[in-house]
Amino acid sequence: MTALIETQGLTKHYPAGDGVVAALQDVSLSIAPGRFVAAMGPSGSGKSTFLNLIGCLDRPTRGSYRLMGEEVEALSHDRLADLRSRRLGFVFQSFNLLPRADALANVELPLIYRGMPRRQRRERAAAALAAVGLADRMHHRPTQLSGGQQQRVAIARAIVGSPDLILADEPTGALDTRTGLSIMALFQALNRDGVGILMVTHDADVARFAERVLRFRDGRLKADETQNAADAATALVALPEADAAA
Amino acid sequence: MNATLPPIASSPRRGIDVLEALRGALSALSANLLRSILTALGIFIGVAAVIATVAVGEGARRQVLAQIQSLGANLLIVWGGSATMGGVRLGAGGRSNLSWDDAAAIAREISEVQVAAGSIRQTFQVVAGNQNWSTTVLATEPDYFTAHEWVADGGRLFSPEEAAGGRKVVILGATVAEMLFAEEDPVGHEIRIRQTPFEVIGVMARKGQNPMGQDQDDTVFVPYWTARRSVMGASRANARQVGVISVKVHEGENMAAAEEAIRTLMRQRHRVAANEPDSVSIRNLSDIQATRDASARTLSALLASVAAVSLLVGGIGVMNIMLVSVTERTREIGLRLAIGARRRDVLAQFLLEAVMLALLGGAAGVLAGMALSHILADVAGWPVLVRADAVLIAVGVSALTGLFFGFWPARRAAHLDPITALRHE
Repeated sequence: MTALIETQGLTKHYPAGDGVVAALQDVSLSIAPGRFVAAMGPSGSGKSTFLNLIGCLDRPTRGSYRLMGEEVEALSHDRLADLRSRRLGFVFQSFNLLPRADALANVELPLIYRGMPRRQRRERAAAALAAVGLADRMHHRPTQLSGGQQQRVAIARAIVGSPDLILADEPTGALDTRTGLSIMALFQALNRDGVGILMVTHDADVARFAERVLRFRDGRLKADETQNAADAATALVALPEADAAA
Repeated sequence: MNATLPPIASSPRRGIDVLEALRGALSALSANLLRSILTALGIFIGVAAVIATVAVGEGARRQVLAQIQSLGANLLIVWGGSATMGGVRLGAGGRSNLSWDDAAAIAREISEVQVAAGSIRQTFQVVAGNQNWSTTVLATEPDYFTAHEWVADGGRLFSPEEAAGGRKVVILGATVAEMLFAEEDPVGHEIRIRQTPFEVIGVMARKGQNPMGQDQDDTVFVPYWTARRSVMGASRANARQVGVISVKVHEGENMAAAEEAIRTLMRQRHRVAANEPDSVSIRNLSDIQATRDASARTLSALLASVAAVSLLVGGIGVMNIMLVSVTERTREIGLRLAIGARRRDVLAQFLLEAVMLALLGGAAGVLAGMALSHILADVAGWPVLVRADAVLIAVGVSALTGLFFGFWPARRAAHLDPITALRHE
């Protein structure tokens, strides 16, 4: 079976002042489809650079990267954009929803760039919103939604194009513990349905829900561990009532 | 839960969804409504100014054209130079050195000429019943009407017999007919010029003002020989004198050649020595009108360029606001790029926004310009003409303004680095 992600000596240098900063050095790894992987490390460890490279938002200085067997670094801007829209879904710490558009329109957005007719688009976006439990919030604007609901809209936007991989950058960073857990539970549910997830976090409490953890430090991949993922739904139930009130 | 949606049949070579981009542009513009309106105002004023000035310029041009046509096409007017009497040169407007026979000679000897009619005018008080009116009496022959392309509106023109035989008949200009007879049809009535009764045989079609602002309809026409015998006192010396000769050149003939031939003929007939100046002056009224037409054009070109400058300023306003908009929406652009927008999608989005902004301003400007033109027509009484092509050009130019001034901001948006853009605060 083709690996979802395969990197060989992936390296990224940024110019900084007189010299260069080695943001990522020599990362070689392979991730099978449908896995839930966490990339951990302190800030400046290279985990975000790794995510950007995997997300086809950036090009490596050296090394190779294959996404579903497709060599990425040689592709044009347009082909990269096409790859992002077909293969990937993004979830950000700060949600990045369009404030003027309602939930449905926000979720529709990626499908516009795939040239899907409007009616089909709306049906699909509604289905994605239903899948994240927001069937009754379709015409709410982001400002009318809670943080957790906004992140769910963002997740619906990420899955609406049937991606192979969701890239999540600190998805619970702006949320309280309970809401964060519910987002993790959603991720695990999506993952069970076959969507791969690569999540960047600095929080071990969040990383425990992944089945594999990549630890970055100073731009290098220091550890690559498989673990028994904790179940977020169970953790959510076990959360003390006092926390729930907060 | 079933979170995975069915896969999408991929269409890698897709175009830009114009309808969707249009919807997005409208929503972005209405999100900052006041700002959009203020920005479009620059284009609005520019376009309104263009439409109104072009309408005024065009109206003036049309009026000039109509005046040229009222003069008659291919018309040359020969003015007598000053006559020399015993070595004393009389000034212009003094006694004319042109005669009835000069007119006949021009018609006979110059092949380019269709007709040549001498005429002489003098002001008299004319009386009809208990009405009287001071007007110009123009003594001429039927060819005069051919030369000036002037027809009777009621009744008839002179017959050649009447012209030659000294019959006391008169044709009234439209203004004179109105002054003396009001609503009544003057044909068949009698008027008196210097106590001499004349029978009204016709009323001329209305011709309006000539380019010098004189009312051409404030004239009565009598046969030349009738006038010389009974109204305009003639001595032996000036019995065959005419003031001007109206010459109509055949359609398609060279006016300048005809003019030169007339000059030469008049030198011969007036026995002008080789070193003396011409005995007559010839005016080609179409030339005078062409000059006025050209100056009207220059004026409207000047006004239009002022308006173009205001359009330029409006365009810079659009560019400015689009740059602001790109900066404000940097994160949105980053997001769009991340979720699959190509550079050209982002370019199209912002370009369309700029074009819409300019186009809405332009469309409103067209309406305001047309309204302004009508106000100028109604209030100031200027002849205005809003031409469809001017409207189309104005709308096109405002769209182009949006395209031109929107391109750089849009390109800037399209070339943003998605990672940096997503981190933008």
